[in-house]
Formats: sequence, structure tokens, C-alpha cells
Amino acid sequence: MTHDEHQRRSVVRDSLGVGLATGVYGASFGALGASGGLSVLQTCAMSLLIFTGASQFAFVGVLASGGNPLSGALTALLLGTRNTLYGLRLAPLLAFSPRRRLGSAHLVIDESTAMAVTRETTALARTGFYWTGVSIFVLWNLFTFLGAFAGSTLGDPRDYGLDAAVGAAFLALLWPRLRERRNLGVGFTAAAVALLLVPVTAAGVPVLAAGGVALLAGVLLRTGDGR
Amino acid sequence: MSVWVAIVLAGVGCWVLKLAGLSVPPRLLERPLIERIANQIPVALLSALIAVQVFTTGHSLTLDARALGLGVAVVLLVARAPFLVVVFGAALAAALVRLL
Repeated sequence: MTHDEHQRRSVVRDSLGVGLATGVYGASFGALGASGGLSVLQTCAMSLLIFTGASQFAFVGVLASGGNPLSGALTALLLGTRNTLYGLRLAPLLAFSPRRRLGSAHLVIDESTAMAVTRETTALARTGFYWTGVSIFVLWNLFTFLGAFAGSTLGDPRDYGLDAAVGAAFLALLWPRLRERRNLGVGFTAAAVALLLVPVTAAGVPVLAAGGVALLAGVLLRTGDGR
Repeated sequence: MSVWVAIVLAGVGCWVLKLAGLSVPPRLLERPLIERIANQIPVALLSALIAVQVFTTGHSLTLDARALGLGVAVVLLVARAPFLVVVFGAALAAALVRLL
């Protein structure tokens, strides 16, 4: 096996692992949607059409607490702005044609971005992006249906520790970059800013604010090349 | 507004937001300042995502089995374990602690 092929397979394997750990969370969303007053069909439509977890959970949260559907949709959009930021970083790396962008854009989420941005080449970035994005799309929608249909009888992904898996996956992706002092500083600052904001802002805002830390760091830290 | 209209609106809106980021011309991103910022974005976002995933529940800060899972992940990373071992090792640790 060539070195390239070896690397590709390892990215595919890792992507499927993240896809599995994340995708089954669709069951939590499905159960929440159905218990929050949505029909099974509406819950499934959300996963198919919106397909970005934080936005979906927030939307259902607004509806369940008696808010009107429009404010639910607006909250979902506010959280969706995070994906715009991801797209900025992904665009030069994935180098899609305008036509390819149309369909691929739907797959831009936390996990597919994370599995792509740390790659060295466009080929490996695309491998990480698609294998993660597509595997999550398939499983997320399948498990949304199962969760909406069966309610909470499916069991909680937390019982299998899957809520810890995703954090660990993100840390593993970040790890090689933490050897650099500057990145360590940016990372801890971003984490601290996010945690400080969690109690006082809408879900999704803390991670957006961390994007602000990247902005500040880019402006202030001029020396070195930062890679 | 009906729930259906809101779902379709959010769906289309979220897709447009995703597409907008992907569609910014690379030329704009090639300036040194923008490049420095872009290089820091993955670090900042991943760190924030880890913090939010592991240490919060809803709007409150929490310390539970997930933190132990992250600790196990750090040990495995220091030991140079493969990616999937790190990911599912952390899950296993969190699951076991919850069983106790």
C-alpha cells in the first residue's frame, strides 16, 4: 500500500468513528422533538433540512418552552452562523467548484469541519469532510427517526459514554497543534471565553465568540508563521 | 406561522449560511492578516467545542464523567494511541464511571 493510500484509509477510519459517535445522537434529538410537540414527520424533516445539531436542539427547545415557530427558526439561524465561519476556513482547503459547493454545503457542520481542517492536502481534507459529513448525515437522520418513533425507550447515548467521545475526538484533532506555545495560549483562552459565556448567552454563541479569539490572536500575534 | 413554514425557513437559511462561508473567494483569504486569523480559527473553535462539549450541560458548567473521559483521552494522546483508541477509550471510561 502506498503512503497516500495508507493515509487516506486512516482518515476514512477516523471519520467513520466520529460519524458513528455523533450520528447516534440523532436518537436524542428525535426523542426530544417528539416529546416537544412535533410530529415524527416534522422531527425527521428538521434533521433532513436543517442538519446542524445545535440549531435543531435550540429550535425544538424554543417550541417546547411555548415560543412561536418563527423565533425557533431565528434561533436556529443564529446558531447556524457558526457554519459560515467554518466555510471560510474550509473553502481554500476543499477547493470545490461552484456547482459542487451547492450540495456539499449541506454537510458543513462541527464534526466534518474538524475532520477536514487539520489535513495537509486537499485530497485528505475532502476525504475527512465527506466521510464524516455523509456518515453523520445518514446515521443522524436514521437515528432521528428511531428516536422520534420509539421515544426514550432506545436508551441514552450517554450510557455508552458517547458524550465524552466527541470531546475526545476534537482534542485528538487539536493535539498536534498544541505543541506550539502560541496555539496552546489561543486554545486555553478560547475555551475559557466559551465557558464564561455559556451561563449567560444562547447556545452556540460561546463557540462563535471563540472565533473572535482567533481574530484577536491573528491581529495581535504577528511573529512566527503560526502553523 | 406554522411549524412547517418555520422548519423550511430554518432549513433553507442554514444551508445559505453554510454556502456563504464556502463561497468567499480564496483571493480575499490570501492576505497575510486574514491567513493568520484563518490559521487560528481551527485551534480556537476546537478548543471551545471541547470545553462546551465536556464541561457544560445546558447553561450550567458541570464536572462529570465526561471530564474523566477527557482526562483519559489526554493520557492516551501522550501515550501516542491511535485516534479511534483515544475516542472510544474516553467513551469507555465515561461509561464505566457512570456504572459505578
